[in-house]
Amino acid sequence: MKFNKKLTNLLIILISTLALSACSTGKKSGGPSGDVYTGKATIEYLATGVKDRVFFATNRSALTTASRDTLRKQASWMRKNKKLNVVLEGHGDERGTREYNLALAEKRANAARDYLLTYGISGKRISVISYGKEKPVNSASTPLAWSQNRRSVTVKAK
Amino acid sequence: MKKIFYILIIFLFKFNIAYSLIEVDITRGNLDPLPIAVSPLHVDPQSDNYQDVKTKELGALISSVVEKNFKSTGLFNPLNKDAFVQKPDIAHLKPRFEDWRLITAQALVTGKLLLKDEKLKIEFRLWDVAANKEMIALAFTTTPSNWRRVAHIISDKIYERLTGESGYFDTRIIYVSETGPRTQRVKKLAIMDQDGENTKYLTLGNELVLTPRFNPTNQLVTYLSYFRNLPRVYLLDIETGIQEVVGNFPGMTFAPRFSPDGKKIIMSFAKNGNSDIYTMDLESRLVEKLTEDSSIDTSPSYSPDGKYITFNSDRSGLQQIYTMKSDGAGVKRISFGDGLYGTPVWSPRGDLIAFTKVKGGKFYIGVMRSDGSGERLLTENFYQEAPSWSPNGRLLVFYRETKAGKDGAGFTAKLWSIDITGYNERQLKTETDASDPSWSSLLSK
Repeated sequence: MKFNKKLTNLLIILISTLALSACSTGKKSGGPSGDVYTGKATIEYLATGVKDRVFFATNRSALTTASRDTLRKQASWMRKNKKLNVVLEGHGDERGTREYNLALAEKRANAARDYLLTYGISGKRISVISYGKEKPVNSASTPLAWSQNRRSVTVKAK
Repeated sequence: MKKIFYILIIFLFKFNIAYSLIEVDITRGNLDPLPIAVSPLHVDPQSDNYQDVKTKELGALISSVVEKNFKSTGLFNPLNKDAFVQKPDIAHLKPRFEDWRLITAQALVTGKLLLKDEKLKIEFRLWDVAANKEMIALAFTTTPSNWRRVAHIISDKIYERLTGESGYFDTRIIYVSETGPRTQRVKKLAIMDQDGENTKYLTLGNELVLTPRFNPTNQLVTYLSYFRNLPRVYLLDIETGIQEVVGNFPGMTFAPRFSPDGKKIIMSFAKNGNSDIYTMDLESRLVEKLTEDSSIDTSPSYSPDGKYITFNSDRSGLQQIYTMKSDGAGVKRISFGDGLYGTPVWSPRGDLIAFTKVKGGKFYIGVMRSDGSGERLLTENFYQEAPSWSPNGRLLVFYRETKAGKDGAGFTAKLWSIDITGYNERQLKTETDASDPSWSSLLSK
């Protein structure tokens, strides 16, 4: 089963990279959903059905449709748990320079924050931190690992 | 490093030697390194504890450090000592040039040392073997524990005399030491001599630290620390160990560097998903915002005259290199090749900007002129970035990471250096994995 899941993940990545390379001529690489991770392997849950993280395309900070869905669920979870505060941790993959990744990961976490704000969550309940490429979840040098590492993770504030 | 260290120049440079026959051409690659004989320094029998092995071997130790320095440049070929005919003390007085010519030496270094009353006195001479002439004679007095630095200073003097450019051996490199698995990497600030000796760790590894950079005028360092999980730019005095946060920013500050006069820090400040470039004057604490753009602006670096700044921005869509005046006016994009460009850093000579380029899944270290023309890629690899200049603008030091297998198997991060001609790429010796190197100025000027 697990092996199967991995295979599907890989296939999705492969297909999306192919699709991307097919349409990338003359365009900036990485459309809003270019090589975004769509699997479930690294995801944890804040509550039943509430995923803790959203994923991004290479060099991008735009939210995908799936990401927005995840964040809407996080917002409603936060509305139900009024005393809970969260930290949004932004991350990048190893295929960029360190300093640019720090900025990009901050931008990603803030994209998630902005979306939570539009769904009525107070900015006081959300803090943001960028880890750049310093804390990968998958330490392999593969397109799959990179897509899992380009993420913003919502964690309960201590 | 504020140990008493004085240089007594006993013999002045002998300017009467007009143009020597040997000159090392360093403008092109080192296809033909200069054969040089480094005779072990003769230990004066009048030294205290002369019978002590440590004393007796000090001469050979010093000359081996000098030799290693020369070898590392790729410009010199230090000859095997087994072939030396003349004894060190006699060679130092009056070399028999025909003997040295016989083993193809073109330059000869000789010297002697005296250890007396806790003082180390060292004399050395550089000889032009082809012209039968002395080129330099210098003497130093210092504390015995400083013998490595003397070896580096001697190396610098000889390098300067033979190449016509300033040396870079009496310098240090600060970097980030890395240990542990990639998902739980422990990073510490570390400092070592340019040749990999004397490694010292400056932080304990309790918090993540990144991108240390030397102040070009003193022993201050600026870096990024996640102390208390708040990523901020810090200042560290490596002599006293005193640290302080730079400025009072309500968010992440990162990518710090000093201005050439050492009086300001230039860095990025990220707020609400936007990173702009700021400076802070270290004395007045005055903060100035230099870029005003909704894109990511980061990795700023001053020109050596302090009049311009080069930086990295994705305002055109993807990462490119820009320059502007030091007040933020006149922003100009200078990188136009295929691919992404990052980490621009201005050469201490002012003519070149070194950078990281990402193209076709490969990472390159390259140089271009400050108007963006004349791009040259020096080295290609799976992953490498963050070039830092040697103080004479001849070499770049950077870090390189290998491709990792499952769970990070086979992953390493190491420091490398390369000559700006693209020759003499070599790995620097470090005790642990290493990244984010920054080269100091010459310690003795």
